[in-house]
Amino acid sequence: MSPPGRRRLRPRSAHGATGAPPWQLVLPALVALSLLVLPVIGLLSRAPWSTLPERLADPAVLDTLRLSLLTATTATGCCLLLGTPLAWLLARADIPGRRFVRALVLVPLVLPPVVGGVALLTAFGRQGVVGQWLDSLFGVRLPFTTVGVVLAQTFVALPFLVLAVEGALHSADSRYDDLAATFGASRWQTFLRVTLPLALPGVASGAVLAWARALGEFGATITFAGSYPGTTRTMPLAVYTALNSDFDAAILLSLVLLVVSVGVLVLLRERWTTGVAA
Amino acid sequence: MTTTGFTDGGLDAYLQAEQGGFALDSAIQADRGQVVAVLGPNAAGKSTALRVLAGLQPLTDGWVRLAGRTLEDPQTGVRVPAQHRRTGLVPQDSLLFPHLSVLDQVAFGPRHQGLTRALSRARAAVWLDRTGLDRLASRRPAELSGGQARRVAITRALAAEPQMLLLDEPLAALDVRAVVELRTFLHHHLRDHDGVTVLVTHDPVDAMVLADHLVVLDRGTVVQTGTPAAVARQPRSAHIAALVGLNMVRGRASGTTLHVADAEPAIRVITASPHEGEAFCTFAPTAVSLHPQRPVASPRNVWRGTVSGLTPHGDAVRVALDGRLPLLADVTPAAVAELGLRPGVEVWASVKATEVHVYAA
Amino acid sequence: MHRHVQPRTVTTAACLLLVAGAVSCSSVAQPADGRPAELTVFAASSLTDAFADVEHTFEAEHPDVEVEVIVDSSSTLAEQVVAGALADVLATADEATMQRVTDEGLAAHRPVTFARNQLTLVTPADDRTSVQSVVDLERDGVTYAVCVPDAPCGAAARALLDLLGVDAEPVTEEENVRAVLTKVTAGEVDAGLVYVSDAEAAGADVGVVDLPRAGEVLTVNRITALSQAAEPELARDWVTLVSSAQGQRVLASYGFLPAP
Repeated sequence: MSPPGRRRLRPRSAHGATGAPPWQLVLPALVALSLLVLPVIGLLSRAPWSTLPERLADPAVLDTLRLSLLTATTATGCCLLLGTPLAWLLARADIPGRRFVRALVLVPLVLPPVVGGVALLTAFGRQGVVGQWLDSLFGVRLPFTTVGVVLAQTFVALPFLVLAVEGALHSADSRYDDLAATFGASRWQTFLRVTLPLALPGVASGAVLAWARALGEFGATITFAGSYPGTTRTMPLAVYTALNSDFDAAILLSLVLLVVSVGVLVLLRERWTTGVAA
Repeated sequence: MTTTGFTDGGLDAYLQAEQGGFALDSAIQADRGQVVAVLGPNAAGKSTALRVLAGLQPLTDGWVRLAGRTLEDPQTGVRVPAQHRRTGLVPQDSLLFPHLSVLDQVAFGPRHQGLTRALSRARAAVWLDRTGLDRLASRRPAELSGGQARRVAITRALAAEPQMLLLDEPLAALDVRAVVELRTFLHHHLRDHDGVTVLVTHDPVDAMVLADHLVVLDRGTVVQTGTPAAVARQPRSAHIAALVGLNMVRGRASGTTLHVADAEPAIRVITASPHEGEAFCTFAPTAVSLHPQRPVASPRNVWRGTVSGLTPHGDAVRVALDGRLPLLADVTPAAVAELGLRPGVEVWASVKATEVHVYAA
Repeated sequence: MHRHVQPRTVTTAACLLLVAGAVSCSSVAQPADGRPAELTVFAASSLTDAFADVEHTFEAEHPDVEVEVIVDSSSTLAEQVVAGALADVLATADEATMQRVTDEGLAAHRPVTFARNQLTLVTPADDRTSVQSVVDLERDGVTYAVCVPDAPCGAAARALLDLLGVDAEPVTEEENVRAVLTKVTAGEVDAGLVYVSDAEAAGADVGVVDLPRAGEVLTVNRITALSQAAEPELARDWVTLVSSAQGQRVLASYGFLPAP
């Protein structure tokens, strides 16, 4: 209701007493935004639109995409299965040398991916520390296989998941865990039925981050798993190869990867991508 | 009351533990079927006592024995983990599992005692029916009011059919109407519970209404035990008196006059009955009347005081008075307005002699 | 009482710094007189060692010149030249990749064929059993590496294996021939198809397996000065040196075959 004798005013924006955003912050923010947006605009403007349909119909493109999605999703699954218990140990269990373990978890984050690939070779390559035993005892060879790709992607994506889940567990209320114990739940049952469900948003956002990282992984993959179409040549590797022969193909593959990645993230929506810092 | 506790389901505990800056040192005993209330101000160690009983925190010394079984004894190295103690905990803030429906909350205890999901849900349904909450069964905690959540938490503990029920400030943080309803609810269901109940609270009314036995705790140590009525009638310190919501004066009684020691000029309290020797006298805040000027009518107990604080107390307002004799007086909100009571205002307080009870120190 | 630095002063200063930095970075630094001239040579990976030698000779003959040889797959380098990379000379390992550059009109003159190369099969030095002839590549569990089909060595390898009727697929396609060599010397694959010149360069680090009919699939090395060269005179000098008797001797010593 307007005050008596006055016309109804259109609602004004809520700047209130604090005023409009300061230019000192808006300007750098705009620069940041353009830095993020311009490369995408570049891709879109240079895309080979006229030959798009026939290029997309090429089974090699779909094959490569399929391989990328398969390996990234499998790697994310591995991260979840292996990383969640590790995060739990770091957050809830009283293990000695916890700081050291956490530093170890961060190593793949700070290591350049190519260096990661070389390291993986020294460990799991045919002459590798573990690799040679895998080869001689079980005849298992990891380089140049799709499994090798998953291994490389898991290696680089694991820290993202562990950190996100550990953060979620830290901020979660451990009183629930205590309460569950008084009702007779063992530590494992408490983890499964109380801790994990309550940490689920953090786990989910960690999984999304890990998936995105695995999908875009290049250096470790090409160094450790090599590059062969259908087996180990994921989308980023295909883009790299195409760069040196057919730039239009490179742009196309880049666009496909971009659309798929953004599509998945949009589908999962803000729920899962915010709260990452938690 | 008997403090056997070694027989047949009772609790016999002597708790010594560390928490924050102080040490807990308290004996708590109750027979099976009894409710013992641990009363004390905040940070008195009450919640610590519950955590220790539940097995969430270790004793530094002492023991916990329940239904003839030793749950913990540092000297013999026995420590039964929380999972196996058959306790039911109702924490402060209810602490309902946010991701479970009301039915699954209540089924949580039975589920982890080995029942299948179906059976535990069936047991939960029975309990929800018993406590009148069956229509809430499919709701999530976020959809419940404070009072409803508290009742669900209590049902959850009861459904685990524990040998020892532990309630941490069960009536805290609820609005007035919910408190009254919940107190009745608790009274009813605690009476039916056949294990031991340990109830921790800072509100003496809870203790009076719900408990069979009272342990008054202050800074980790026991300062008085007894039935609620006995403690209220004869608090052994001004602090306890204030805790149970009474005014208390200590002095030397001679006939019906109590002389307060070392008061110059003398303070005298006229009591209801004669007594000789060192004594306490108590009178309820509701027995204190406030006047803007010195009253001329009958009461012979009249003192001047300055208002130092006003707090709501049920339907009344509790006025704290500073002066030669610090007092608590309960008045109506209307009286507060009429008298213009604010901190710093001077008033006169009077109490009828018949309302002043005296007992030996 | 103390004064704060005004926030406004800080931000203005920061903005000015940013702008100044941007301006100074964007302009290409031109060497002043008296500073050594730079010659940038893009060369196919197979030429790594040979061109290192040529670089020494060239710098001895041109005291004021610093030569920078950048090696990578021919196709990578060709794409970079087309995209505007600052190179003076381009030396490739086949005609197709050179064609990309000439098609864009970026060659300063008609490219010169200065050498030819031949493929060979290499194995890890300590490999006891696996590969002793090209037929072994078809055995179960034997792995080998080649270059990507778009690179000259990769195209040649495919052609040769087709010619020999070898039916086995490689486990990996590397971006350039030196990467193939590395996979072999590291022992990650049982064999790799590289140039004879690469096998020579690797020396005792690899074992060499005879590759029949390799002479039927030769690759030609082509070289040209680029029209965008910053040092056109020096660029032509380099081309001349490589084509000269002296240059040809160096190439031959690294296993290259002479130009026809």
